[in-house]
Amino acid sequence: MSNIKNISRRSFVKSVGLASGGLILACNTPVFSDKDKKPENLVDFNPNLFVQLNSDGSLILIASRSEMGNGVRTSLPSVIADEMDADWSRVSVQQAVGDKKYGDQNTDGSRSIRYLYEPMRKMGAMARVMLITAAAQKWQVPETECSAENHFILHTSGKKIAFGDLVEIAKTLEIPSEENLKYKSPKDFKYIGKYLKGIDAKEYGNGSAIFGLDKRLPNMKFVAIARCPVTFGTVKSFDKTEALKISGVVDVIEIPRIEKPFGALGGIAVIATNTWAAFKGKEALKIEWDFGDNQVYDSDQYMNQITENVHKQGKIGKDLGNVNNAFKNAAKTIESTFQLPHLAHTPMEVPNAVAWVQGDSCEVWAPTQAPQSTRKEVTDYLETTEDKVTINVTFLGGGFGRKSKPDYVVEAVIASKTINAPVQVVWTREDDIKHGYYHTVSAQYLKASLDKNGNVTGWLHRFALPSITSTFMPGVDYAAGFEISSAANVPFDIKNLKVEIGQAPAHVRIGWLRSVINIPHGFSINVFADELAYAANKDPLEFRLNLIGNDRIEDTKDPIKYNTARLKNVLKIAAKNADWGKELPEGHAFGLAVHYSFYSYVASIVEVSMKNNKVKVHNIYTVIDCGIVVNKNTVTAQMEGAAIFGMSLAYYGKITAKNGAIEQGNYNDYKMIRMNEIPKVHVEIVESTENPTGVGEPGVPVIAPAIVNAIYKITGKRYYNLPLSDYDLV
Amino acid sequence: MITLRINGKKHDIDVEPDMPLLWAIRDVVGLTGTKYGCGKGLCGSCKVLLDNSPVQSCLIPVSIAEEKNILTIEGESENLQLLQESWIEENVPQCGFCQPGQLIAATALLDKNENPTDDDINEAMIGNICRCGTYQRIKKAINRTVELKKQS
Ligand code: FES
Ligand code: FES
Repeated sequence: MSNIKNISRRSFVKSVGLASGGLILACNTPVFSDKDKKPENLVDFNPNLFVQLNSDGSLILIASRSEMGNGVRTSLPSVIADEMDADWSRVSVQQAVGDKKYGDQNTDGSRSIRYLYEPMRKMGAMARVMLITAAAQKWQVPETECSAENHFILHTSGKKIAFGDLVEIAKTLEIPSEENLKYKSPKDFKYIGKYLKGIDAKEYGNGSAIFGLDKRLPNMKFVAIARCPVTFGTVKSFDKTEALKISGVVDVIEIPRIEKPFGALGGIAVIATNTWAAFKGKEALKIEWDFGDNQVYDSDQYMNQITENVHKQGKIGKDLGNVNNAFKNAAKTIESTFQLPHLAHTPMEVPNAVAWVQGDSCEVWAPTQAPQSTRKEVTDYLETTEDKVTINVTFLGGGFGRKSKPDYVVEAVIASKTINAPVQVVWTREDDIKHGYYHTVSAQYLKASLDKNGNVTGWLHRFALPSITSTFMPGVDYAAGFEISSAANVPFDIKNLKVEIGQAPAHVRIGWLRSVINIPHGFSINVFADELAYAANKDPLEFRLNLIGNDRIEDTKDPIKYNTARLKNVLKIAAKNADWGKELPEGHAFGLAVHYSFYSYVASIVEVSMKNNKVKVHNIYTVIDCGIVVNKNTVTAQMEGAAIFGMSLAYYGKITAKNGAIEQGNYNDYKMIRMNEIPKVHVEIVESTENPTGVGEPGVPVIAPAIVNAIYKITGKRYYNLPLSDYDLV
Repeated sequence: MITLRINGKKHDIDVEPDMPLLWAIRDVVGLTGTKYGCGKGLCGSCKVLLDNSPVQSCLIPVSIAEEKNILTIEGESENLQLLQESWIEENVPQCGFCQPGQLIAATALLDKNENPTDDDINEAMIGNICRCGTYQRIKKAINRTVELKKQS
């Protein structure tokens, strides 16, 4: 039985937010966690993708994933429209609320296209067949004489009829059987694999796109919250007198700490009639804090501590062959230590949420990457049931992982419940930088042995970093499996390979940030491999291709295969595009890096120059192999953006703590790449028929190591730590 | 009462004179296209034109903006509209949040310089952060607009 159904006549159409009428197909896409549970009968049918064709010809898709610059609101419907032979200008998208009925809605892990591509195509193909059947019935001709083209069904005789005019017949039809379903041949794709413009581009450009921060409700109050400078510190006492004197401030309330991974940090909230008054009121509060255990956190000292931990034996993460023997018998051994700081997401739109609690019900409007876990947090806090909680997903002004952690929504719900009115909680930029879920801080130690021919015979990678798991299970002080795999699955053909992890307790909330663990591992592995090339007296490109070795499928214990041929391929194409080996102007050099993450293969070659000891990046040649590409425009844009994101962290990214408090507070001390610093970014996408894989994240990890490798080529100096601003290089 | 003239329309608002123009526009007048990104003049998300000059509205008290002509992203100006079209043609926005500020900065540039060099563009746009990293396309879209204007 198919996982797609014609639900045009079923009553729950309204409950998913579509108006009734029209031809409506619903699809039950497998949820990753219960992949084996196939929907076999109507009773179990819980569709989570919906598409509706109306008699006026409009085609509406419900988008279950969040839009945050990732382009899903464009790429998902384009797949259906293509298979259906629909006219792109008739397609619109409705944003789904957070509800299990839409399946997995978490917009992270670069998964949206990976999970939804096949179901989308199937739905489109079925809709096309149904329209053809409807036309054949209407005209009393064989179906084989009918075909679809640009929102019409054509007959061989030359007559044609609009999709919309077939809706009444089509909606009475059974869905076609899957066995005989014909898909378009990729060469006939009109939208898939092409450069499609963003469906929301106009709204972004004229200021009418409604982000979380732009949501307004009648009588809504604006809320700013003072939180303890030290993570998990609590309020001892507070004095609100001065805050209440500020014009526009109407109330000051305490927000309790909710001890859950995504619970509120707690603090004192100022309620006001506008954002400015709330911000001012917050400044005027006098609060005595109980700083708690984390006030001991000093990130410099901590770096020394975890660095010590990687200079001694750790827990085993992987052990192949015998590295000790390899080191003993080596012609040469090389060892290096890497230190990378915490990072903050700083999406352009700060965390914020609108909530309105009425009795035991609640409605939320928020920029969230995770509408369902948001719903769960809110339901838990209110001790109500999920059906009483509605999460409306607004546009996200960037996410990068920050907005999959709905602590800011819980705050809004608490405030609304307490003052019994709709509220909008707005974080200041300082709040965002000082109270985030930080990208982990890390120390890494790598050691390798070379034989007399310059071949790598042994490889030891030891690292210590506070784990994301510590946010969910306080006290965890070693990296988890998913944080080990990107080091353990290093795609080098080395017989003796060992990965060890050192102890690293967490003192702030650790969270995932665009490309997550691949940032530290992609950096150390790529810089170290480059160092080995020089130790072996070889060209870094040739050395790296040899190190990856023969074409093979790496055993990563994952259903999606890691193919070293595809890895080498992206590197070779990048080298060709950059013209690796060509003569560059005085003081310029190329640096390379290649990394596999989120099942995609990415290589970048950067052209860097040094002048007066300052770095300038002139060109970045990035190549990605992410399987079938739905929208080339999105993939290209994501690679361009990833290059800038990677440059920002390489140049400036550093969050530090003293006495438990984060020292940075705004874009003056947590800097971003700006217009005058940008290189030309050249992107090539490998043509592929493999299943689609991640795009949003895998472009980031290669940038910093490629820059560091280029700097080495120019100066002979190897920088093992980031950011480069610490060395005065930018 | 303070009178603001935004996009050619008058708004009488009752706010403290030190309230930054940004919050008067967003929370009191209710035009939300102008964005908050940092509140400290560091990111450019809040840019508007004040008597044709680009300013960070998060730094300007409303009292200073009184009786001046304010242009926000919702407003009309020849260069702004042309740039908006180029923004779509070049597929500039990713998350879109910084783009109103970017467009206002670019409008100010083209208003006083019909043929900006690369350095002119850098200088005009340096105050605007795009965390999504759309800079290259912003530059392309500005250049496209310049070319189109030259041709017509
Ligand atoms: S909000 Fe005004 S410059 Fe950032
Ligand atoms: S498009 Fe997202 S910050 Fe610029």
